[in-house]
Amino acid sequence: MTAATHGERRHPARAALLVLADGRFPAGGHAHSGGAEAAVKAGRITGAADLEEFCRGRLATTGLVAAALAAAAAAGVDPRALDDAADARTPSPALRATSRRLGRQLTRAARAVWPSPALEELAASRPRGAHHSVVLGLTAAAAGLDPLDAAHAAAHESVSGPATAVVRLLSLDPFHATAVLARLAPQTDRVARRAEEHALAARTGGTSALPAASAPLLDLFAEDHAAWPVRLFAS
Amino acid sequence: MTAPPAVRGVRAAARIAAVPDGRGGTALPLLAGDGPLALRRTRSAPGWARVTVVGAMCAPLGGDRLALDAEVAAGARLLVGSAAATVALPGADGARATYDTNLTVGRNAELHWEPEPLIAAAGSDLAVTTRIRLTAGARLVLREIQVLGRAGEAPGHLTSRLTATLDGQPLLEQELALGPGEPGWDGPAVLGGRRAVGQLLLVAPEFIDAPPNVTRLSADRGDGVALVTPLAGPAVLVTALAADGLTVRHLLDRARPPLPGAA
Repeated sequence: MTAATHGERRHPARAALLVLADGRFPAGGHAHSGGAEAAVKAGRITGAADLEEFCRGRLATTGLVAAALAAAAAAGVDPRALDDAADARTPSPALRATSRRLGRQLTRAARAVWPSPALEELAASRPRGAHHSVVLGLTAAAAGLDPLDAAHAAAHESVSGPATAVVRLLSLDPFHATAVLARLAPQTDRVARRAEEHALAARTGGTSALPAASAPLLDLFAEDHAAWPVRLFAS
Repeated sequence: MTAPPAVRGVRAAARIAAVPDGRGGTALPLLAGDGPLALRRTRSAPGWARVTVVGAMCAPLGGDRLALDAEVAAGARLLVGSAAATVALPGADGARATYDTNLTVGRNAELHWEPEPLIAAAGSDLAVTTRIRLTAGARLVLREIQVLGRAGEAPGHLTSRLTATLDGQPLLEQELALGPGEPGWDGPAVLGGRRAVGQLLLVAPEFIDAPPNVTRLSADRGDGVALVTPLAGPAVLVTALAADGLTVRHLLDRARPPLPGAA
């Protein structure tokens, strides 16, 4: 990349990224643990070290896929094709339902915060809600952000959700949970950059150019969790 | 002075074509093995053709590029298995090997693709790609079992991409990236310390109206779990995780929902 194009990347809309990626953004994400609640119950997360490995795996798999879908949506790839691509990358019915619910909630928030015709078109064609990552990418674009920003927001969210949830589930020291996120920050950056590359490839190569990294235990945790009568988090 | 030529791996492309024989059976007008991929027509039930992939030499080694293509024409019925497990081994120069499988299944055709497990030996590096193109009305049973390392051995590096489309629309896209260097692969989000993973993909038009329920099974003995998930399209994915390949296979057998409308 040349210095000039690099210079143009000096994010005029960086503050908008902070607003979008803030855990307090009112799109309902705080109610979801990203599989961490079921992993805690299964004894697979017992402290900060397990949380870090859980987040590392989640970031490399569903985090990368979500980041690439969000980046592709922000890059102008057909959102309905991306929504189908998200379905094909989500074998767990519980995870498909959760993603669509989160997509619906983000659409409602985005409608008030950064209204966009592209988002309205997608919402009209997916009345049960579009996949969250696709909505996130369109929201990022409406906020003036670029595909890499959208990828960063999705990648960060893939680990910040479980880390925040585990603080409540295990009474984990919030300093330690945040230190996990800080240690994962370089990998989060790498995932976002890879996601952006895939997204740009998908503009010409179609959605099959997007990654499809899967995590069998996350599917299992999601289905276990969906069957519980009582739970702290929605997913 | 001329440098010696770089050691190149084996390149091999084997092909199978199955068509209806006009008498209610299935003929194999093309059955072309290549290099380490030898193909044998074996005994089958009436209406079906059956092919066994016989590993004619040890493969894949690092640097090898293997491809196996099968086309099942409308109305034909083909079953493909293998004689033994495939063991990926390291090559001389640490190069990655690739193994590409391309499957095409026509309208009212049925393909059962059930090879023996793939074992990624310590130090090996293999990229497996399986592309399945289905036409509406096609039926498929596809089984993959992957084992990281031989018994008591460190895991090799294995990526496995599975792409299935139905009339050109994506039905399933999955990629497992396992082994040394893959972030979190052994951790509590991906395999959780297990060394074997298996998948069974079933496709039949009847699944659209009558999908099976989500089901979870635990291994009868030892550590292992399987999950049956209906996909967004007319297909079901069964995923199994266990300490070893045999337990994965038993779990997949037990969890396997019947293929509706199958002959």
